[in-house]
This record gives sequence, C-alpha cells and structure tokens, in this order.
Amino acid sequence: MKKDLLGIGDLTEDEIHLVLDTAEAMREIAQRPIKKVPTLRGKTVVNLFYEPSTRTRTSFEIAEKRLSADTLNIAVAVSSVVKGETLADTARNIEAMAPDMIVIRHASSGAPHLLSRICRSRIINAGDGMHEHPTQALLDAFTIREHKKKIDGLKVTIVGDLLHSRVLRSNVLLLTRLGAEVWVSGPPTLVPVGLERHGVHVSSSIDEAVADADVVMMLRIQQERMHGAFFPSLREYFFTFGMTKARVARAKPDVIIMHPGPMNRGVEIDSEVADGPYSVILEQVANGVAVRMAVLYLLAGGSEED
Amino acid sequence: MMLLKGGRVVDPVNGRDGSFDVLIDGDRIARVGRDLAVDGATVVEIPSGLVVCPGLIDMHVHLREPGQEHKETVATGTAAAVAGGFTAVACMPNTSPVNDNAGVTEYILKKASEANLARVYPIGAVSRGQQGEQLADIAELRQAGCVAITDDGHPVATAMLMRRALEYTRMFDIPVIEHCEEQTLKVDGVAHEGYHASALGLRGIPGEAESIMALRDISLAELTGGRVHVAHMSARQTLDAVRFGKARGVRVTCEVTPHHFVLTDALLAAPVPYDTNVKMNPPLRDAADRDAIVAGIADGSVDVIATDHAPHHYDEKQVEFDRAPFGITGLETAVSLCFDRLVHAGCVSLARMIELLSVNPARILKIPGGALSDGAPADISILAPDMNVTVDVARMRSKSKNTPFGGWKLRGGVAATIVGGRVVFVNGDSRLRL
Repeated sequence: MKKDLLGIGDLTEDEIHLVLDTAEAMREIAQRPIKKVPTLRGKTVVNLFYEPSTRTRTSFEIAEKRLSADTLNIAVAVSSVVKGETLADTARNIEAMAPDMIVIRHASSGAPHLLSRICRSRIINAGDGMHEHPTQALLDAFTIREHKKKIDGLKVTIVGDLLHSRVLRSNVLLLTRLGAEVWVSGPPTLVPVGLERHGVHVSSSIDEAVADADVVMMLRIQQERMHGAFFPSLREYFFTFGMTKARVARAKPDVIIMHPGPMNRGVEIDSEVADGPYSVILEQVANGVAVRMAVLYLLAGGSEED
Repeated sequence: MMLLKGGRVVDPVNGRDGSFDVLIDGDRIARVGRDLAVDGATVVEIPSGLVVCPGLIDMHVHLREPGQEHKETVATGTAAAVAGGFTAVACMPNTSPVNDNAGVTEYILKKASEANLARVYPIGAVSRGQQGEQLADIAELRQAGCVAITDDGHPVATAMLMRRALEYTRMFDIPVIEHCEEQTLKVDGVAHEGYHASALGLRGIPGEAESIMALRDISLAELTGGRVHVAHMSARQTLDAVRFGKARGVRVTCEVTPHHFVLTDALLAAPVPYDTNVKMNPPLRDAADRDAIVAGIADGSVDVIATDHAPHHYDEKQVEFDRAPFGITGLETAVSLCFDRLVHAGCVSLARMIELLSVNPARILKIPGGALSDGAPADISILAPDMNVTVDVARMRSKSKNTPFGGWKLRGGVAATIVGGRVVFVNGDSRLRL
C-alpha cells in the first residue's frame, strides 16, 4: 500500500480486493462479546474533522478503538478556520506530536494532499470537498460484493447530485476499475464535466438509468453546496429524480438500494424505498466500520516497525 | 559613449535583422549602422549568437506597492524585470490604496525612480477604488503619468461604465485594458471548467466567462470608437471574439501570457496535485485552447505577450487550493519560454517575438521604445537565444517565488539589459562581458 489513502487512484486493483477481503475478517470482530483486538496498540490516530460529520467520524473512531489505537478527535469549527491558523500550521503542530495516522475531513478538495506533502504520518482522506471519499466507495463495494458475490458485470446506477458529490467520484473510479457498468443520472445542471471520460453512461432519464439495474445508489441533494439554481424546487426534483417504489420496479427484482447518508427523505428517496426490503442503507453503515478497520490495519502494516 | 559591436540586431520597426553596431551616447541611441568606428567609445564586443533588440516591455505586471510590500515592491519587481530582459513594465492599479489618483501614481513613480532599474509606467484605475461605480479622475491620472486604465483583477463592472470609460478616454487616446470575466458565470470557480477540475472536485470557470465579456467590450469599443485591450487572453472563444472585432475594424488589441501558451489544466492533477502555483485567473485552459492561442500568436491575431506577473507570498499560497490567491510570477521566465516554445518550436520568427514583446506594447501604450532608432532612449535588451537555462527559483529577484516553472530546462535567455544607456543587468552565465 502507498503511504496515504487520498483517493481510489492510490489503490491497485489487488489492493482494493485486499481491503475488501480484510474487511470480511474485521467484520467478525463486531460479532464478538469483546469487540477489540490489539492490532493497533500503541498507534496514535488523529481524526481531524473540518466539516461536521456524524457517520464517518463515528465510524472511524469505532474502527480505531476496536483496533486498540489511541484516538484523538479534533473537530474544527468552520468559523475558526477563517481567523485561526492555517491548515498547514495545524498539520505541522499535530505532526510534531508524532501521530501514526491522520484521518482528515475537509470542505476543500485537495486538503488531504496538502497534508500529505507536509506530514510523515499516514493520511486517510475521509472526504475532501467535491473530490473523493475513498472509504465510502470501499464500503459500498464491500456491501455490493456481499449481496451480489461479484462486482464485475453488474449494472450500478448512481442518481442524484453528481456535481457536488465526492462519493460519486470515488465510486465511479472504484466500480469502473472492478468492471461494473456504471450509469449515472441527474439533472444536466448537476452532471460534472467530462464524467463520460471515465467510461460512465450518463442519462437524464432516470427510467433508462434504473432499468435492469443490479444496484441503485442514491446521492444526497447537498443543499449546503447549492449556491446556484440547479433545479427549480425540491418538489420538482423528487418528481423527476426521486427514488420511488414505481421506479425501483424497473430495476432487477433483486436490486439493492444504497445511500451514503444522511438522507433527505422525500427529496431524493421516498421513505417507502429507504425503509423497504431492498434497502441496504444500514448495512452500509455497519460495513463502514469493518472497511475502515481494514484500511487502518493495512496502512499501519506498512509502517517502519515491520 | 558605448559601442555594441558585432551583434545580430533585430529591430523590426527599422527593418533591421543582421549584423549591426549600436552606438550609445549617454541615455540615447546615437546611431545604428554597419562597422561603426567611433573614437573614444567603450567598445563592447557582442559574442556571436547573441541578439541586440529594442528593450522588452511587459505591459501587465503587479508590483504590489503601495500596500502589499510583503509580496513585491517596485524595487524588487523592477529588479526581476531587468533580470528577465525587460527595460520597462506597466503596473496594474490594484494596489492598496488603489492607483485611482495622482498621489498613488506619483508614489509609484518616485519608487521607480529610486530603484532606477526598469522604467515603470503606471496604469490607473477605471473606477474610483476599482469599485465599478464612478469613473476615477482619469485626466489627472493621465497627467501624472498613467498610460492606460483598467480595473484589472475584475472586469469593468457594468456595460454603461465601460461605455463611459471608452468614450472618455478618447480624448487621451489611451486604451482601456480589460480583465474579461463575466463574474456571474465564474461565480466561485477556481480552475478551468473541464475534465481535470471536474475529476479533482474543483469549481470550474468556462472559457465563455472570458469571451462573453470580451464580446461586450468589443461591441462597446465599436459603439464608442474607444480602444479596448483584452488582457491575459486564455480561451479560444475569446481569440475568435478578438478576430471578429479586428475584422470589423474595431480598435481592439490583445495580449497572452507565457503560461497560457505553454501550460494546460492537466497540471492541476500532476505532477503535484492541487499545486497552488498553477492557480491563476484566467485559469490554465485545456490543450485545445492552448493550441489555439499558439496559433493566434503565429498568425498575428495576438498583439502582445505580457506576463501578468502576480507575486504572492509563500504563506498565501501554502493553503488549500480553493483558498489560495490567483496568480504566478512571470517576469524572469517569459523570455526563456518565448524562445523555447515559440521561436525554437518554429511558431514565430525572432522578429515577431520582438514585436510581441517590445514593438506592440510600445505602440499600444504609446510609450517610448520598441525600436532602435537614432535619438531614441537607449533601452536595449541583449538576448541569448541558445543559452541553456534551468529555472532556479532561489535565484529569482522577485520577492515572491510562486512559479510553476521551477526546475524547467529551457533554451533561450537574457544576456544583458540596458536602460537609458546604463547596464542594469548582466547574466553571469552569458559570454557577454560588460
């Protein structure tokens, strides 16, 4: 493994499979009465979160604790960034205390790359701006593989705010690498330029995109990133792109419905679908812990003591 | 008196390209001719292979003084200019305070006089405080020494203000230099809207943000008969707009920067992802734009090469990409990039390069220079077309080091720079002894 996990591009195909296989073993730990192994004992992991996050931060913290790492959470209020020290200085200060890994979530694309250039610690990208969220894509792949026993050849349809989504970018890179047929659908105002260059089918017809899909992944409408009028109203968005039972019926009968959370019920997804039998949304959350344990374990495995 | 003997003189205005001697008397050129013999003159042998040409003029630099002396000063900026082969620079008014009154203009000229290196031609603001509301005191600025007006950093805010600026400046016949950018289309974009920005999750700025504004201004120049100069043109659509205007006889000229004819937005991703030294406005465009710009240079559509030298302190650039200021330095790399990528690449002749870097900026700004004529100020650049240059950021004279060209190996450089008959720069790496 490379020093850092900044994006899916840092992983070879073999390494992706290694992460997923390792996550299988890690998941078993969650079934035990004592959910802790000594693997990362004596290792220090700093969770540096510049953006509010419940799911990802909690998931990383639980993963770190189950591996017996010493963890430290730094939640930086967005307002203090403006008047406080720079990211580079924060990184240098944390680095001076010699942590082994830094998990960073930041609103600016490329912030983990800046850290990577400054720090000897291993950097894990827990979501940077509109760029990537690699552990989310890994846990999504893990969840898909568990249900479908493979990824190669599956039709995976991703629907929603593609433009602002780091989950989309990581998933496109990972799923196309593993041989999935990836379709994306959303209003043309929310489709990133050049997405088709990744070998992705782009359609503004959700019916076409969902037809015979093995997997449907819904993306959140990120109202906090919406500076422009990307679509007329949430009501019209739901009418055009919301995932309803009728639309799910066009997919394969054994389709699974995914969502990285947090969901906007009644905007991108109908509660009937979110809570329906094909929904694996909570499994994704559970798998997130196992996949992050695998990533932490594998990255630590490359450290100097070996 | 100093006699430059034996160099290849390239002086397009006087139709010279060949072996000539140049006699300098005090601060003026006394004579240019073949085999001049002058008693009492200090003879400087120009080694073969070097080129003697009218002093290069960079009509788009940010000297940052007053107000942002941590980035650059008139002294450090003009030191960088002469090291880059430029005998004159025109400096942008977005200082602090803005150069929108004679006091600031005079301050800049006083600093330039103290530094006594390159000539400095201040450019005044179009609008008071560059706020885009009320015209600055343009007649006063003109009288104090400003050679053009611009709200650079921003476009002139409204079509009506631009119309008034173009009309008003007709009585001085100075250009309105426009930073073409439709800001409601750019919004908070930080990089060229294309595959690379998209993949990196960076907000895009389409080329049309530039061309839409260029078309507005060209239309207004046609309406008013004023002169508009399109600064740092980056997009192929803008080039088409300028060609359209020129074909209609509109008084429009344009400039491009070395980074826009050399680099593309692929640099956002590699070799250093999110390198803030490839963040500038307008942004590096894609290969089709870059190639169109090179073609525009070759076919004469482009009038000027200017650097948009935009120094920023290291600390300001050592931040997240979307928080970093736009801009890179350019004075000390421009000549090498022009030689390597334009002349040696077969895109333009040496004479055309000198038109782009000297003749046309002098003509557009109506300032002395651009020709080695008898009696003209002795502003002379001595260039070394075949010098092997490795861009060494640590040796740069500019106070700021924000360049993406560090470590680049280029063919072509500067041997010496003479301003007003005074040798203000000699490159120790050249064979020239002055």
